[in-house]
Amino acid sequence: MISTATPLSTTPGIHTRNLNLWYGSFQALKEVALDIKPGIVTALIGPSGCGKTTLLRCFNRINERYGNVRTTGEIAVLGKNIYDADVSLSELRKAVGMVFQRPNPLPISIRENVLFGVRVHVKRGAYGRGELDAMVESALRDVQLWDDVKDKLKKNALHLSLEQQQKLCIARLLPLKPRVILMDEPCSALDAEGIERIELLLQELRKRFTILIVTHNMAQARRAADECIYMLLGRIVEHDATMKIFHNPREKETEMYVTGRYG
Amino acid sequence: MNKSVFAAKIRRFFRALHGLLQIALDFTEPVMELLIRLCGWSAIVFVFAIFLFVFKEAAPVMFGGMNYTEFFTSINWRPTSVVNPQYGILALIVGTLSVTGLAMLLAVPLGLGAAVYISEFTTGKYKEALKVLIELLAPIPSVVWGFIGYMLIGPIIIKLTGAPVGVNLLNGGITLGLMSVPIIVSVAEDALRAVPDSYREAALSFGASRWETVYRVLFPAAKNGLLAAVLLGIGRAIGETMAVLMVTGHAIKIPHSLLDPVRTLTATIAAELGEAVEGDVHYRMLFVIGLVLFAMTFAINLTADFVVKGIRSEKT
Repeated sequence: MISTATPLSTTPGIHTRNLNLWYGSFQALKEVALDIKPGIVTALIGPSGCGKTTLLRCFNRINERYGNVRTTGEIAVLGKNIYDADVSLSELRKAVGMVFQRPNPLPISIRENVLFGVRVHVKRGAYGRGELDAMVESALRDVQLWDDVKDKLKKNALHLSLEQQQKLCIARLLPLKPRVILMDEPCSALDAEGIERIELLLQELRKRFTILIVTHNMAQARRAADECIYMLLGRIVEHDATMKIFHNPREKETEMYVTGRYG
Repeated sequence: MNKSVFAAKIRRFFRALHGLLQIALDFTEPVMELLIRLCGWSAIVFVFAIFLFVFKEAAPVMFGGMNYTEFFTSINWRPTSVVNPQYGILALIVGTLSVTGLAMLLAVPLGLGAAVYISEFTTGKYKEALKVLIELLAPIPSVVWGFIGYMLIGPIIIKLTGAPVGVNLLNGGITLGLMSVPIIVSVAEDALRAVPDSYREAALSFGASRWETVYRVLFPAAKNGLLAAVLLGIGRAIGETMAVLMVTGHAIKIPHSLLDPVRTLTATIAAELGEAVEGDVHYRMLFVIGLVLFAMTFAINLTADFVVKGIRSEKT
């Protein structure tokens, strides 16, 4: 366990020190200190209400859109404290992409969904049509969606199946070349086959990104994650390699949870 | 009398009472159903009855040698001329369309802007208070708006532009625009509020600003509702009578500038029906104008209706 006194590391990856978060008077995160390694898949596990989604939503500061949230402490993403005054929220979110629990493609065409980030961050006319087309194709190929949708790129994205929608939500992050991808239970709306294909996709993507995934599905954490973080009541209980967490946890609480006796 | 006999009597009494209530219910159920059904049908009946009444008054001239070419293409509306009465409503149609168009030019940006502000840039009590206040504007009687246009906007127009009179196309457009804003805001805000929050979150997670979220995501997502809001505003403006009668100047001509007076279809009917002799051509022509208005508002409302239906079927 990292002591809260350990100075904040600014190497790549995600680091937090003394991170506390309150919703009104309820404290949802307590003294969170983490060093999440770059270039691997890290799973956040723990019973409902333990703060895993809240923690995830700190890393792109999207928590802040609700007025009653108060955060203290430090979070370094890609070597920079994201609460520093000179951090641009827009640039942070460009580097840190997010996939949500329920697929939420925008009610515009498939093509425009993939290009949404580009439209927000790149000046109009910076890319020619051909370059944009290439971006769309490569992003959709990366998530194995290209063959399904190449003939209907102009169609509204809401007509896709849930699994396709979730793949699209991953694909639309790629043109911005994010460094970190946050996933908040990305498979909870999908059937078993869909889950399998999304996990395969994770295995492909892990080489290029730092991936953080919140999951309720223990088997999924086991299959898909290199490291796991077990949280309970807003605190980090244990952070270790997946095999270690599942087979030889250090803490009693972790063992209770991963063996299904608690939570 | 022993206890069990008494209990049996009580039981019998309540059973009888229950039976009576049941009969009453059996009787009221179909009666209530019939009443409710009548209420539903009455709406249809009234619409058709009104249409039939207007049509009945208009029919004798419509099928009795009315000059349709003159009616739709002439700008001369001289119904009271003894020598050569003329019934051309082109200037009136242009009047109605120009006042409505100008009103929408003001009301649509203002209304949609207010809706976006209330829905996306305010929270909590402030949001509710604003919405309630704007909806309070909707039921202000149109004659009051007429007063405001006549007494307030008119003099301002004279002062700023040097126009000889303050009642003209510009005044009509402004007054009517202000009148249409509340309904546009109300419907548009509902449409924006109905957009799932997950869309906003998706856009924000890409680093979009709030304004980018509005025009890149919320506008496409709520486009049907916003269109319905605009169409309802247009419907309100076209059908408005009292305010435009008071503030447009009421001169029959095709306007060449914002400061020209105009006259609308509605104002013509309101102003002349009292003087027209019941049953003569002038009287009936006013009813034909009524039918033209009927057709215009009907078309707009029907469009709005289909558009709103489009929203619902898209959501399912």
